[in-house]
Amino acid sequence: MLRDEDRIFTNLYGTLDWGLAGARKRGDWDGTKAILELGPDAIVDVIKASGLRGRGGAGFPTGLKWSFMPKESDGKPTYLVVNADEGEPGTCKDREMMRHDPHKLVEGCLIAGFAMRASAAYIYIRGEFHLEANHLEAAVAEAYDAGLIGPNACGSGYAFDVFVHRGAGAYICGEETALIESLEGKKGQPRLKPPFPAGVGVWGRPTTVNNVESIAVAPTIMRRGADWFAGLGRANNTGTKVFCISGHVEHPCNVEEEMSIPLRELIEKHAGGVRGGWDNLLAIIPGGSSVPMLPKSICDDVLMDFDSLRDVKSGLGTAAVIVMDKSTDLVRAIARLAKFYTHESCGQCTPCREGTGWMWRVMERLVRGEADVAEIDMLLEVSYQIEGHTICALGDAAAWPIQGLMRHFRPEVEARIMERKNKQPAAA
Amino acid sequence: MPTLTIDGQEITVEANTTVLQACEELGIEIPRFCYHDRLSIAGNCRMCLVEMEKSPKPIASCAMPVGEGMVIRTNSPIAEKARKGAMEFLLINHPLDCPICDQGGECDLQDQAVAYGRGASRFDEHKRAVKDKYLGPLIATTMTRCIHCTRCVRFATEIAGVEELGATFRGEETEIGTYIEEALTSELSGNLVDVCPVGALTNQAYAFSARPWELRKTESIDVHDAVGCNIRIDCRGTEVMRILPRLHEDINEEWLSDRSRYAVDGLALQRLDQPYVRVDGKLKPASWDAAFAAIQARLDAIGRNEAGAVKGERIAAIAGDMADVEAMLALKELFTALGSPNLDCRQDGAKIGGKHRGGYLFNSTIAGIEDADALLLVGCNPRWEATLVNARIRKRWLAGGFPIGVIGGVAGAGVDLTYKYDYLGAGPATLAEIAGGNHHFAKLLAAAERPMIVVGSGALARDDGAVLMDLARRVAQDTGMISADWNGFNVLHRAASRVGGLDIGFLPGEAGRDVAGILDGAGKGEIDLVWLLGADEIDMAALGQAFVVYQGHHGDAGAHRADVILPGAAYTEKDATWVNTEGRAQIGRRAAFPPGEAREDWTILRAFSAVIGQPLPYDNLQQLRQHMVAEVPSLGAIDAVAAGDMGAFGVAGGVGTEPFESPVGDYYLANAICRASAVMAECSRLFTGVGRAGGATGTDG
Repeated sequence: MLRDEDRIFTNLYGTLDWGLAGARKRGDWDGTKAILELGPDAIVDVIKASGLRGRGGAGFPTGLKWSFMPKESDGKPTYLVVNADEGEPGTCKDREMMRHDPHKLVEGCLIAGFAMRASAAYIYIRGEFHLEANHLEAAVAEAYDAGLIGPNACGSGYAFDVFVHRGAGAYICGEETALIESLEGKKGQPRLKPPFPAGVGVWGRPTTVNNVESIAVAPTIMRRGADWFAGLGRANNTGTKVFCISGHVEHPCNVEEEMSIPLRELIEKHAGGVRGGWDNLLAIIPGGSSVPMLPKSICDDVLMDFDSLRDVKSGLGTAAVIVMDKSTDLVRAIARLAKFYTHESCGQCTPCREGTGWMWRVMERLVRGEADVAEIDMLLEVSYQIEGHTICALGDAAAWPIQGLMRHFRPEVEARIMERKNKQPAAA
Repeated sequence: MPTLTIDGQEITVEANTTVLQACEELGIEIPRFCYHDRLSIAGNCRMCLVEMEKSPKPIASCAMPVGEGMVIRTNSPIAEKARKGAMEFLLINHPLDCPICDQGGECDLQDQAVAYGRGASRFDEHKRAVKDKYLGPLIATTMTRCIHCTRCVRFATEIAGVEELGATFRGEETEIGTYIEEALTSELSGNLVDVCPVGALTNQAYAFSARPWELRKTESIDVHDAVGCNIRIDCRGTEVMRILPRLHEDINEEWLSDRSRYAVDGLALQRLDQPYVRVDGKLKPASWDAAFAAIQARLDAIGRNEAGAVKGERIAAIAGDMADVEAMLALKELFTALGSPNLDCRQDGAKIGGKHRGGYLFNSTIAGIEDADALLLVGCNPRWEATLVNARIRKRWLAGGFPIGVIGGVAGAGVDLTYKYDYLGAGPATLAEIAGGNHHFAKLLAAAERPMIVVGSGALARDDGAVLMDLARRVAQDTGMISADWNGFNVLHRAASRVGGLDIGFLPGEAGRDVAGILDGAGKGEIDLVWLLGADEIDMAALGQAFVVYQGHHGDAGAHRADVILPGAAYTEKDATWVNTEGRAQIGRRAAFPPGEAREDWTILRAFSAVIGQPLPYDNLQQLRQHMVAEVPSLGAIDAVAAGDMGAFGVAGGVGTEPFESPVGDYYLANAICRASAVMAECSRLFTGVGRAGGATGTDG
């Protein structure tokens, strides 16, 4: 269990002042100039050594990502874009960070932006996050007034701007290239890769897109050292992580914990346990709606990190733990997620546009048992026809929950079909 | 030059080619819907997915640049599964209405479904239905068939230069449309039908009229403007059903303007299908013999000169805008034999022509626009005068580094030419200033490596046209537009017949009259007979009491004024030569026979020459062509562009002050075929607002 002195987000619950004065008391903006004086490459090296992996879902090594940015300037700007379009169902961590600790993000922007030699940072914040955007804008204004960012950020001589841009609440705009399109004022639709944003990003310039949490933890890593961060969690899965625990637990909450904490311990220590006791558990979606669910048998001893969850054919995702007890109609739950992906598909590429709606409709029939058992295989085949064939990962995200359901709970789905069949009067 | 392996075959290709292009070089077919060579890459149909070694997912071959050492498999189980999957998804919401779909038989989706589709559908849910969109009178829509490839959106945005099409909503509710229900304001809109891979956008005018396999396809040349677009004429029986563009990289690429494509219905309406002779003030049907006899009688009535010949100075001939070279040559030689110097092929009165061919050609060539780096448009609106030249200018402009200056020809600075330009002034004064060298645009032209000037008939078809020609030539010379490997001096013609007419010298002979002189003479009674070869765009009222022979194919202005009508062939009905504005001779082929008694134009002239006892020296088309090429060798070099020689054309002098007017009154009603077309009338009403003379009446519509 994470010791209190190892917590990065010390105001996650909003008990303290979120403004600049409060942030300074908690150690933010302390010695930022000295960090910048290390130079960009040294900062990237520290982040690489810390083992920090992207907190937005895919878990790509953050330091490595920063190092893709051009080292030599061609005289034109390059950008850091912070993905604050937190829309993954079950996830609510970035929101709390921006509401209660916006200065961590602003300082992170400066350090990360400096490390990748960016000219400015754009924080693309989800439209629904009204209060959070207000706090963030206020924090940016405070930082400008205090000379922490701006033409001479922290007195370092480095000019760096931070802009807050409000989105309009489309899930797809959380995909990095769709976010870039949206930031440019276009319809939020993912771009083809290659070219990757590090080569051609916002307004055609090299851009790095990072999750809020990945950026917000960077200043603390710089202050406390790579070894401290790397010492938490397991190898290749280091550091602390903010988990969002929701669903059938006694006390749903956000909590910062050490990476690789056992799932059961996480729930029982921080969320008051599963409603009705651990044995009342049916399944858990461990990383936000996109990742396949896990049955109780796996939840008993799985560790909450990238690699161990990948080994059980799920994923850490955004670390949004959705707990479902035995009162849950899993088919209906997944059908609801399927509807979500149908609704949020941007419609650009064929498999996702056509396939998400198809899967959703079949799922709706499965909820009522109005299907043939053979249609389960067809549904799975359709999901594999989508997975990996789309421009962005939304297709995968739509396919995985259904695959997870069928992998672990197929007998239940079949039983429902048979039950309905048996109720029908036999054909004459 | 990276080397990659595709299906076990090694290939080395240029860097920046895509995997799909590399596959094509090897002759490996990759199915696709959204990919189109001339549009930006969208990568959204996912039909072209192939397997790439070391990639966990199949890749979109249309968008993936080749890399050194790549190993691609196009027919592995992974690739096949991917494309079968994409095919299935495309079909689940696509209606099974091929039997009533106009795209049937030439549909990419249909063809590829045969190759990659499943035998039966597994989709048990309701199919999507989408409300049809209104894209104007030229394009029929059945949006339920749309597969969202966005080719149409990209065409409109990139090639046509109108950002009016787009995708609204998202996911499976995505719809392609114009946002607001308004017609697409592009004169290239017909090409949307061609780029649409399914039956979502089809040709409204051709709707439900034929199947592609019923059509006889003839490769020919368009004559609605002087661009010389390559076309394919599709006929069923004697009727022209539709016209499609044909690939010619140096002229129209694979596009066609709406007038050339959609005036087809005009070919069947208002046709002159038998000779007429005016008796007691009324045109009466007559036989060919009677018609010829009437002309001969009139010639006899003029009387003979001392040598016993026809009084040539009292007769004249004017060639119209769509006349072919063969007919013009026959008419010229007929009139020369009759001793007349009064010939002109410049209906608009443009002050061009003469021995220096470079003085009336589009010397840079249309494809050459892409090599230019600065452009000055003088007295022309290429969007309406030569749509595909304009498309090429836009293509060059999109590539960047192409300043464009405009002097007159458009109504003002705000006119949309589909590219940004610097409106320098309205009239001759500005051109004179540039010729003086101190104007900022003159300096810009001088600094450019391959600058261009394009002079249109807005500047040339006026009294001071020859002086303006001189100014334009001086601009070209002084700013270094003319060098050994580049000629930036260009005249933009509007009439398909013009360059051919100038090449054969269908111009006033010694002491001959030009168009203005002929009209003047006819009005004063100095000209007794005027032969109009499809000339409809002159002021018929000015012909006074002259006896008018109208040889042509449509009952338009000329036929209404005529005393004798000789029914000729439209451009789809004759084997003939036209020379485009670049000076490129091209041969049009007969797709259908002329209606009724109508005949190919040169044969009419040959027959009449025999009637008057002065037979022209050719009995068939081969002989006429041999004779024509002997007279003007460039006409024998089909599809070739020879450099036009430059010289001191134009005359020095003072210029007027009137601004250069756009010579195109109404793009959709520019010639007799268009004026007979109901489709063009509707377009005119909608887009150019000029419409039929007199406007709409209470019973209209």
